[in-house]
Amino acid sequence: MAGETSADHTPIDAQELFKEAGATALVVFALCFSLVGFKTEDVPGGLDIITRFDDVLVATALAFIGRAALVLLRQGYPLPVLATALPVTILLIVLHFSDAVFSTDTAAVLKRFLPFGAPVIDWLVTILAAVFAIRAAIARQRAGSTMTTEEREKAMDRIGARVQRAARILGPLILGFAIILPFLPMADRRILDIAILVVTYIMLGWGLNIVVGLAGLLDLGYVAFYAVGAYSYALLAQHYDLGFWVCLPFAGLMAATAGIILGFPVLRLRGDYLAIVTLGFGEMIRIILLNWYEFTKGPDGLSGIPRPTFFGLPFTRSPPEGVETFHSFFNLAYSPTDRIIFLYYVILVMALATNLFTLRIRKLPVGRAWEALREDEIACRSLGINPRNTKLTAFSIGAMFGGFGGSFFATRQGFISPESFTFIESAVILAIVVLGGMGSQIGVVFAAILLIGLPEIFRELHQYRMLAFGAAMVLIMVWRPQGLLAHREPTLHLPERPPDAPRVAGAAK
Amino acid sequence: MSAGTPLLGVEHLTMRFGGLLAIDDVSFEAADKKITAIIGPNGAGKTTVFNCLTGFYQPTIGRLTLHHPKGDFLLERIEGYRIAKDAGVARTFQNIRLFPRMTVLENLVLAQHNVLMRASRYTFAGLLGMKVYRDAEAKAVELARYWLDKVALTEQADWEAGNLPYGDQRRLEIARAMCIEPTILCLDEPAAGLNPRESAVLNELLLFIRDEHEIGLLLVEHDMSVVMGISDHIVVLDYGRKIADGTPDEVRRDPAVIRAYLGEEDDEELPPEVARDLDELR
Ligand SMILES: Nc1ncnc2c1ncn2[C@@H]1O[C@H](COP(=O)(O)OP(=O)(O)O)[C@@H](O)[C@H]1O
Ligand SMILES: [Mg+2]
Repeated sequence: MAGETSADHTPIDAQELFKEAGATALVVFALCFSLVGFKTEDVPGGLDIITRFDDVLVATALAFIGRAALVLLRQGYPLPVLATALPVTILLIVLHFSDAVFSTDTAAVLKRFLPFGAPVIDWLVTILAAVFAIRAAIARQRAGSTMTTEEREKAMDRIGARVQRAARILGPLILGFAIILPFLPMADRRILDIAILVVTYIMLGWGLNIVVGLAGLLDLGYVAFYAVGAYSYALLAQHYDLGFWVCLPFAGLMAATAGIILGFPVLRLRGDYLAIVTLGFGEMIRIILLNWYEFTKGPDGLSGIPRPTFFGLPFTRSPPEGVETFHSFFNLAYSPTDRIIFLYYVILVMALATNLFTLRIRKLPVGRAWEALREDEIACRSLGINPRNTKLTAFSIGAMFGGFGGSFFATRQGFISPESFTFIESAVILAIVVLGGMGSQIGVVFAAILLIGLPEIFRELHQYRMLAFGAAMVLIMVWRPQGLLAHREPTLHLPERPPDAPRVAGAAK
Repeated sequence: MSAGTPLLGVEHLTMRFGGLLAIDDVSFEAADKKITAIIGPNGAGKTTVFNCLTGFYQPTIGRLTLHHPKGDFLLERIEGYRIAKDAGVARTFQNIRLFPRMTVLENLVLAQHNVLMRASRYTFAGLLGMKVYRDAEAKAVELARYWLDKVALTEQADWEAGNLPYGDQRRLEIARAMCIEPTILCLDEPAAGLNPRESAVLNELLLFIRDEHEIGLLLVEHDMSVVMGISDHIVVLDYGRKIADGTPDEVRRDPAVIRAYLGEEDDEELPPEVARDLDELR
């Protein structure tokens, strides 16, 4: 047979197989036991704990089988994997579609054989089985030769470069879709709300990308600036009766100032140390907001935050005497979605402004210095680049966009409290940046859709979101630490030589 | 002691790392428009002198004066990045420090950061795409092109610097240092790892910089033969102490140098501790 290789002759290393698969199963069991095994549920009269040990056992078994399959593939035995994965995939698909084939009763019985009973998770398992089957089939064909890490790295780089190049076409396409989205028939209130959320995170991702992606400063407390922006707007609006558009620059300025105040003492720290200090700062801001009751109303939060107006025209059904509204001014019937659509466009414009700003500043001396600082701080110093000021600008500009995002959040919600600004928010925004590929603008868009949009659309995924986050991050770190679409475009090119110029111009000096 | 107008004066430089005296009361001068070489076996303290000069180490004792056209700078007193920015002291590193994931051209333009920063009016004019900035950027690119031509890397301008062969990276680092338009160029073992042909090209480049750009060069080298041909003045260090100082011919004939350095040609590749032990046995 053509596919016969030396690998086929070596016996299966059973010890390695059981060791690895057992270890994986153990880890999954340890993780799942408390996370999946117990669940609190609202029952009349309080909370009840229900147990789901069957799911834990299934997950552990699946982990064992999956890891064993990986080991077998690595040892050059695709056939047993194929022989298992293929029937399992087919079986699962049949079970999924059993109501289309069998009577309702039979289907109900059959469906109970699905591993988890939660459709999305079951589909994930199915897809996983299919992936194993496909990989085994490919490995069988190529007789066990899999890509080396370096080859994969190169391949991913090429994909990154291609996506980056495609971004020139893809970007406007996505933008066009984003612009017409509110007028598509599928765009109901729910879809619009999700879209607003996704675009907000895209904007925050782009803002944080300046700090983490370009300047390479690992900031785990980005939510602090988001909070400063939100509270700045809410407090200014309440105490001075100012509108959203007037407050927006102030909120940005306050956040940028907070960025400078924090950055000044801590930016001499590097890497992990900086991450820990920024994390602490994020919590500090939240705790101040929680405890400074006279100023921030503490855990009660601030409510009645004014909604944005369309050049002074509010989006209300029945305005106070003498105030014209959006719908009456334009002679439209009142529709509550008008306000949502308007909010959507506001955040879309804000996000686009962030993106344009970043694309532009990357090609300016500061932007280039940010990237250089990420590459080698010592070399920067030897070239006369001031590391502290350069980092401070990155930190404060990133903070400013966080502040803008925060005031949008406040005006959209109409109510804010410290609970909205927990560490998890920072983690989510950071995950978007890291997953997308540090410094990649289009990567942030994809990552935000993946991490925010999908869990919102498939509500069922929601409770597994953090689990998926963790898994995604681990995979990325193992597989491609630079992020999915990390590919760097040069900020400038050498122009063609003017035809009359001599090859070596004696010009300089 | 040294011919020509002094550019850099090092007086009583001492650097102590805990119990280790890495530099022990070293004084010398580097002249303007001349190549001054600091030589000495591995571990003699040459790189440490550079790190003191360029603000990476704070000397324990000593005065480092740069005689700049704008006035004297006391290098041990000013903040690290200002030594390059204001005093115009450019340096390269023994183990090359480029921005590996940025292109060759970007590396050279980054060296002109402060000029461009001023032209972009601290980013505002740049954001608005104003002409002052566009002109300054075009000029910066032309200066980069000039040095690219000089070090024969024009074809590779859009390569990631980290992908260049080793010899090219060395030359790029020198070109980058020259793009800050320095008053003195400090090179830490620029010939390390180069083959004889590359080494000859490098010597030509250094002479060109001295003669055409009329700046002083300070050169660190552990292999004496490399610098004999091109140096105007040589300072010899051994175990942190200056043991000789003079023209190449004087240094070549100096008994202390012959004993400590030239006579032990075969020890050269040994680690400093081993060489030291051998020395004691002798
Ligand atoms: N940061 C430092 N901390 C402690 N010792 C150092 C440090 N830098 C250099 N040294 C010591 O100083 C001595 C001189 O080193 P160096 O200047 O690098 O030598 P050279 O460049 O001449 O080979 C060596 O013994 C080295 O171990
Ligand atoms: Mg050295």
